[in-house]
Amino acid sequence: MDMNAYLSMFIDESNDHLQALNENLLQLEGNPEDISIVQTIFRSAHTLKGMSATMGFEDLASLTHEMENVLDLVRNSKLKMDDFIFDTLFKGLDALEAMVQDIVNGGTGKADVQTIVTALVSIVKGDYAKGGQAPQPAAAASVQPAAAAAASASYMLDEFQASILEQSIQSGHQVYHVVVTVREDCMLKAARAYMVFDLIEQNGEIVKSDPSVQDLEQGSFEQAFSIFTICNLAADELQKRISDISEIEQVQVTSLDLESLKLMTAKQQQTAAAGSQAPVQTEQAAAAGAAREEAARQVAAGRNQAAAGGAAAVSKTIRVDIERLDTLMNLFSELLIDRGRLEQLASEVKRSELTETVEHMSRVSNDLQNIVLKLRMVPVESVFNRFPRMVRDLAKSLDKKIDLIITGADTELDRTVIDEIGDPLVHLLRNSVDHGVETVDKRLAAGKPETGTVHLRAYHSGNHVFIEVEDDGGGINRERVLQKALANKVVSEDQAKKMSADEINMLIFAPGFSTAEVISDISGRGVGLDVVKSKITSLGGNVSIESEYGKGTKFSVQLPLTLSIITAMLIKLGSEKYAIPLSSIVETGIIRQENVLNVHGSKMVEFRNTVIPLVSLSRVLDALDFNETEEDETEIIVIRKGEKLAAVMVDQFIGQKEIVLKSMGNYLKNVDKISGATILGDGQVALIIDPSSLIK
Amino acid sequence: MAEEVKVIVFALADEEYGIEVDKVRTIERMMPITRVPKTPAFVKGVINLRGIVVPVIDLRGRFQLQETEPTDNSRIIVVAVNEMEVGFIVDSANDVIDIDTDTIDSPPEVVGGIKAKYLHGIAKIGDNRLLIMLNLSEVLNRNEIIQLEQLEV
Repeated sequence: MDMNAYLSMFIDESNDHLQALNENLLQLEGNPEDISIVQTIFRSAHTLKGMSATMGFEDLASLTHEMENVLDLVRNSKLKMDDFIFDTLFKGLDALEAMVQDIVNGGTGKADVQTIVTALVSIVKGDYAKGGQAPQPAAAASVQPAAAAAASASYMLDEFQASILEQSIQSGHQVYHVVVTVREDCMLKAARAYMVFDLIEQNGEIVKSDPSVQDLEQGSFEQAFSIFTICNLAADELQKRISDISEIEQVQVTSLDLESLKLMTAKQQQTAAAGSQAPVQTEQAAAAGAAREEAARQVAAGRNQAAAGGAAAVSKTIRVDIERLDTLMNLFSELLIDRGRLEQLASEVKRSELTETVEHMSRVSNDLQNIVLKLRMVPVESVFNRFPRMVRDLAKSLDKKIDLIITGADTELDRTVIDEIGDPLVHLLRNSVDHGVETVDKRLAAGKPETGTVHLRAYHSGNHVFIEVEDDGGGINRERVLQKALANKVVSEDQAKKMSADEINMLIFAPGFSTAEVISDISGRGVGLDVVKSKITSLGGNVSIESEYGKGTKFSVQLPLTLSIITAMLIKLGSEKYAIPLSSIVETGIIRQENVLNVHGSKMVEFRNTVIPLVSLSRVLDALDFNETEEDETEIIVIRKGEKLAAVMVDQFIGQKEIVLKSMGNYLKNVDKISGATILGDGQVALIIDPSSLIK
Repeated sequence: MAEEVKVIVFALADEEYGIEVDKVRTIERMMPITRVPKTPAFVKGVINLRGIVVPVIDLRGRFQLQETEPTDNSRIIVVAVNEMEVGFIVDSANDVIDIDTDTIDSPPEVVGGIKAKYLHGIAKIGDNRLLIMLNLSEVLNRNEIIQLEQLEV
């Protein structure tokens, strides 16, 4: 059967579960006594195992199974968590993540996890503590034949279903065989069947149904259907709840143990054999194969349903394919363009009915625009949630003690920004953990608590989102930074003398700059903070540092809320139109030729008592039919990049407008001075100027 | 095994070229093109293709042939290759034909004018009619643009 339909859902769900496992395991590391966390972890692992088995990713399923065995002992207080167990479980999680990633990349999710499995088995056997991490192939092997035996005994249940049931019984879950008979006069058999499924899925998992889910959904069954389920309700409770559904004639819940499971499968085998009078061997085999395939399909469909139902219960959200959102966004931007055109026409036609209608449409589309933009907003949580684990591992490998405190994880950012911001943040956090926070003895010597703190904050402010990474570590040693910068010829002696503290701090963002004296695992591999800075700048953001030597460092990243719709100033350069993002415009004005100063061969202009450089846009962009030197008076736009200002000469202002950012495609990826394109009301394409490229 | 492929035929400087139909998004009449500064001369700019901004290159310029003013017959053929969407300005495009893959020969060692690496093969159709099959991923090779950009700066 075609599993591809479920694959993306499987991947999404698996990632969710892996994330939950990671988070909860970290939490458990904080309070190892809290059994309720173990319960949550166990449930996630269990679901993951079931899903993987259904999808045919056996390696994933078997590794999860081994992890589950360990968790089960912990849950039943038969085992106490310790560092070794945590490490092994985390390693297991990493392996699972790698396997899921492999599946994402089109692989089969296979991986060699023998060492982890061996470690897990040794934990279960309890002999790891005695220094014995010796391989225990016998233990691992003993599980397989049992499962295989069960599978061979079963016709109706395929080997996975049988082994899932068997393992569930072994680990103390309630497994039931439920036979439900609906009333003869039942009007909507399919709906009743669905209600039964829904009820069971709220309390457990359905392993197998007969007839198949599809048949049940279509109501194509006689009066009765049967379900194998792993359920956390007592048998009589389950029976009572199902009976409460109207138009149900009879419910028969049989609790299964290992014996009855075997008996059950054997019985089915008999009936199957009895059904076909003289089964030819090959025919039988083919039928069995078909049945197995059918069963797999049913389970997949069942899970599918379970997944949808489960998600709805937790929060009222739906997963939407990102491509559809993008299409919506694209269509909407065309609407905006048409709106601009209509507004223009209405102002020309000057008929009050038309003007009113267009104004109303503008209001509606404004609201729509807000909603469409909000649809694309994602909490930064989705990026942040991988950091606790990362910081834990880093701190461990560096032998430091670090608390990561995350605040404002619910702050929302446009998806396009979210997708890009992860890597820069990883760099900043690594920097804080590696260079910032000192080792335990250094901290104690400096009179600080031995555990360092790294804060990761996100918050809204105006039209921007700020993300801060702050540590209470050693701070930046400006003297050393400056020495290094001089040695690397990043700055000259003269420049160095004039630099402010902040400017010196910013030096660590210079290309090829690393203050780490020792090249460690984590940094000093040439991938410096310059990458962070260029990435953030390319997102239209900004990064700054505050640092006090000996007290700590704070990186502050400023990001735009969205990258898709911005307000811009449209300008003309002869016959060509360009857009300049309003966010970097300080003000507009007019200068006379005689006010242009020549300083060292470059043109400058006086602006509010300072002298700022004058940029000729027509020359920078090789304009075809405009040259400001022919004019007495030239319109200028004063733009800002950080602290620096510059005046840009243009031909004419058109006005301020909301524009939809469009990429120019992969072929023209990085055009100098141009950051993208937009479509104007008349259908023409106007290029968007990258103001920061105009200021050196 | 002979297979048939559908090919869009277009003309460029008295020669006929072919592009597999599945790589062609659309064929458009000439439309206003917005110049993009700081790009090689053969990049004519970008067009608004129903809400999507698509770069347009002059195929004559790309092959270092004499560029001419667009005429009524000029067309923009928008192709999609390697996740890139690009429009080609060609002299005319007015034919779709089926050709037998067996009739496509690999390009001869020496081809005058256009560099052989842009060619995927040469198809013989009918009598005395040769169709030059383009190797689109080479025509759209970005490395080459980058090199050209560096040369011009």
